[in-house]
Amino acid sequence: MSDMKTAGPLSRRGLLRGAGLAGASVAAGAFAGPAGAAEPEKVITEIQDWNRYLGPGVEAAPYGRPSKHEAHVVRRNVPWLTADTASSINFTPIHALDGIVTPNGVCFERHHSGVAEVDPAKHRLMINGLVDKPLVFTLEDLKRFPGRVNRLYFLECAANGGMEWRGAQLNGCQFTHGMIHNVWYTGIPLKALLDEAGVKTNGKWVMPEGADAAAMTRSIPIEKAMNDCLVAWAMNGEALRPEQGYPLRIVVPGWEGNMWVKWLRRIEVGDQPWHHREETSKYTDLLADGRSRRFTWIMDAKSVVTNPSPQAPLKHKGPNVLTGLAWSGRGTIQRVDVTTDGGRNWTTARIDGPVLPLSLTRFYLDFDWDGREMMIQSRAMDSTGYVQPTKDELRKVRGVNSIYHNNGIQTWLVRSNGETENVEIS
Amino acid sequence: MLSFSAQGQAPAKTGSPAATPAPAKKVGLGREAHPDEIKAWDIDVRPDGLGLPPGKGSVKQGEELYQAQCASCHGEFGESAGRWPVLAGGRGSLKNEGPEKTVGSFWPFASTTFDYIRRAMPYGNARSLSDDEIYAITAYVLSLNDVVKDDFVLSKENFTGVKLPNGEGFFDDDREKTERHFWAEPCMKACKPDPAKVTGRARVIDVTPDAKDGPKVD
Repeated sequence: MSDMKTAGPLSRRGLLRGAGLAGASVAAGAFAGPAGAAEPEKVITEIQDWNRYLGPGVEAAPYGRPSKHEAHVVRRNVPWLTADTASSINFTPIHALDGIVTPNGVCFERHHSGVAEVDPAKHRLMINGLVDKPLVFTLEDLKRFPGRVNRLYFLECAANGGMEWRGAQLNGCQFTHGMIHNVWYTGIPLKALLDEAGVKTNGKWVMPEGADAAAMTRSIPIEKAMNDCLVAWAMNGEALRPEQGYPLRIVVPGWEGNMWVKWLRRIEVGDQPWHHREETSKYTDLLADGRSRRFTWIMDAKSVVTNPSPQAPLKHKGPNVLTGLAWSGRGTIQRVDVTTDGGRNWTTARIDGPVLPLSLTRFYLDFDWDGREMMIQSRAMDSTGYVQPTKDELRKVRGVNSIYHNNGIQTWLVRSNGETENVEIS
Repeated sequence: MLSFSAQGQAPAKTGSPAATPAPAKKVGLGREAHPDEIKAWDIDVRPDGLGLPPGKGSVKQGEELYQAQCASCHGEFGESAGRWPVLAGGRGSLKNEGPEKTVGSFWPFASTTFDYIRRAMPYGNARSLSDDEIYAITAYVLSLNDVVKDDFVLSKENFTGVKLPNGEGFFDDDREKTERHFWAEPCMKACKPDPAKVTGRARVIDVTPDAKDGPKVD
């Protein structure tokens, strides 16, 4: 560990900005540990403005926002990744969130032609192709349909972690693992609409299509469409956000995010897959021998420690809470193991909150830190017995040109100053 | 548009005596799509040619259209201007450290090019090209990849005869076979003989937005 110089002299300002922790200065500066305070703390002995003066009234914020002290908890872009922000991606700040539900305003975005601003009164959903009767639905039709359901599912972009195939690149789980969110969807099973149109016996595939300027399409086998896909209009209790497909999107639980077509306007039924751009030139996994896997829809089990992580370094010795997220496209998370010595010894983490299929699952490890350097990893196991592999194990099978489906174990190096870095280890 | 139907409570088995299996109960919401509505939206094209509209376009016509409509992003010869997708070249590069995945080197089907141009190009002005123009631009992109000759005229009739070099380069997801060893009880104690060593670090590359200084522990 000889290059600690890279951290450079610390200025309070630079530290807070760099770590994405603006607003945390009180906690960082004033926490005096278990010993008694030598001087009384002014935050207690002095009356604060908010303790004396009136705050804004109920009309100040008809649609509420997070505290101004949380302004750093935002989606972030990596400008060098793409040519244009209208065909790009940003990242969920998972290092600054807890529990398993992702707030709507910070769910990562991926668009191919920008956010379509769809007028819901002019939006239609068509079902055509190999059906007895091609149908057109308004949103009001869909909201009158019997059998409405609510389901919590993760959506992970297949390229989540795609920049890390050749080695550690980005310093922050927001960037290495933030192409994910976990949302309560309200909608109706796609099966109900397909049954209403009547799928012909040779209807083996469906193709959802978006109403945006990219008119996104993907081929989905009919078994999946009939099993658990939803046509959803709400997320976490409110209408879909425009950037998540308002007014309608398809939900394809456990499968790669690109298939969850937003601004859903049409579902065609066919007897073969369409082999469109997003399932041939993109979202196929190029292996070392030059051949490519296609139709790799399922997201393998994966986990990441979100705290500590490069954007959320350790600031205190003594009691600390390690936490993270685990998920699997094959079922529920059965177990998460955590190591602090780079994988020599593992401890099973405590899972808290609901453990639901195809949803994020939250884990914790409460620990005392003596200031020793740590190499932290987490390893998920799902209900099928699949165990999240190391990155090297993954590379042995998939090479380094895959781009997609990098679910390898992440390592964070925590130095004795609490600084945390994205590393790869032997 | 009121529909009198059954709200999911139609008595079963009282319908038509047809020999087919009893149809699922219909809710009666939505309406039948008009053929012109389907025509307006159903623009997708498959490798077997299903969905191709009547029409044709030559490489020569395509070159002119491409230079005017596409080259500012994709480069005069499909080599890309800046970070936009490279459309041509890269043949034989798929095993390299920096594989170049183009229409000629990677894409399995020519229909994908036609379909994608038709639904999403030019970027920021989708659905503005005529079918003949799409045939012509597709023909030009194919010629940039040496898939067709410079005097080629692409049409609905000859489209499925065009084969791309990497057409056989794909196979269906086999993870549950080739990665079967990932389904195994993991080691918990003394899993490595030696202490782990750092072999690579993100900081060296320094490509993370906003990541400069470190924290301070109390």
